[in-house]
Amino acid sequence: MFDGPSVVAALEDCGVTHVVWIPDSDIGRWEPALRTATCLQLLRVCREGEAIALAAGLHLGGKRPLVLIQCTGLFEAGDSLRNIVHDLHLPLFFVIGVRSYYAYQRGASTDSCPVFTEPILRAWQLPYVLLDNRHSAADLAAAYRQAQAKNQAFAVLLAE
Amino acid sequence: MSLAMMSLHEALEILAQHRGQRIVIATMSAAGIWPSLSDKPLDFIYVPSAMGQGPSLAHGLALAQPERGVIIVNGDGCTLMNLGCLVTLAQHPANVYLLIIDNGLYEVTGGQPTPGAGRTDFAGLARAAGIGRVYSYDKVEAWRVGAAEALTGPGPVVVWLKVQGRLGQQTPKPPRPMAEQIQRLRQALGTE
Repeated sequence: MFDGPSVVAALEDCGVTHVVWIPDSDIGRWEPALRTATCLQLLRVCREGEAIALAAGLHLGGKRPLVLIQCTGLFEAGDSLRNIVHDLHLPLFFVIGVRSYYAYQRGASTDSCPVFTEPILRAWQLPYVLLDNRHSAADLAAAYRQAQAKNQAFAVLLAE
Repeated sequence: MSLAMMSLHEALEILAQHRGQRIVIATMSAAGIWPSLSDKPLDFIYVPSAMGQGPSLAHGLALAQPERGVIIVNGDGCTLMNLGCLVTLAQHPANVYLLIIDNGLYEVTGGQPTPGAGRTDFAGLARAAGIGRVYSYDKVEAWRVGAAEALTGPGPVVVWLKVQGRLGQQTPKPPRPMAEQIQRLRQALGTE
């Protein structure tokens, strides 16, 4: 399970300096912990493509940002992702909430978000791992460290 | 004193005189001219780009390098694609100097008019977003006189420059591959 304090502690332990985000109803619960974090700064942006470009600037400037968004924003942000990850080759790290994942698995939702999220990440050639309620912030931190060690862009999908 | 609308080249020449040691990011039409005026490691030609994302890239750089300052030369069409960046810039102030080059055209695609061309008040949009320092110039002499003030002091700053549109422009090419641009920028910033 993921909660704000454990996620913030894990990210700070990884050396993440900035979280660039637009919340959704799940990851939005992390807001108090992110807002009051001592070693990382929460940056609120208006649109997800903007989040990726802003994180890219932070990275060029020597910081260690993370982009925290919902999959709906990923759908909007394709050109920014394409440019930053594939033209500029910046190893950004994304955490992306997958709306309605559990409900869709149960057949209780017709939300198309779970249908398209993974195929779109594959289309954008962005490697990823899906974490669900069997995982914890330690798994998120492990994914971050592995991506950094490989100097590659990477996404963690969070089942919602 | 010339009362004619300034050209893009004139606008950028004046910028080159006042950029100091700041990073300059040039997009679209400006990207085709800027290397002839300045080609230092702190000059970043954002080509290939994600259209509209130049100000956000600049914002991140300025937050990471608060003492440096970042000038972003953006088109009107680019700005329209990411108006939210003005709000974000006001939310998280940084030494960003956003020059909006307003020619009313998508120059590199054949000169089609941008939405709201000649009507959109970019200075008003910036002020309404919460940017405190906003300047507007449509004559070269006014920009020449005002540039020192506009480009001095803390950001964020938005400068709306109305310039002549040009037809028949090609998509700009960067002076060197992106990987090389990034490498020399990072070397200059000491972030390698």
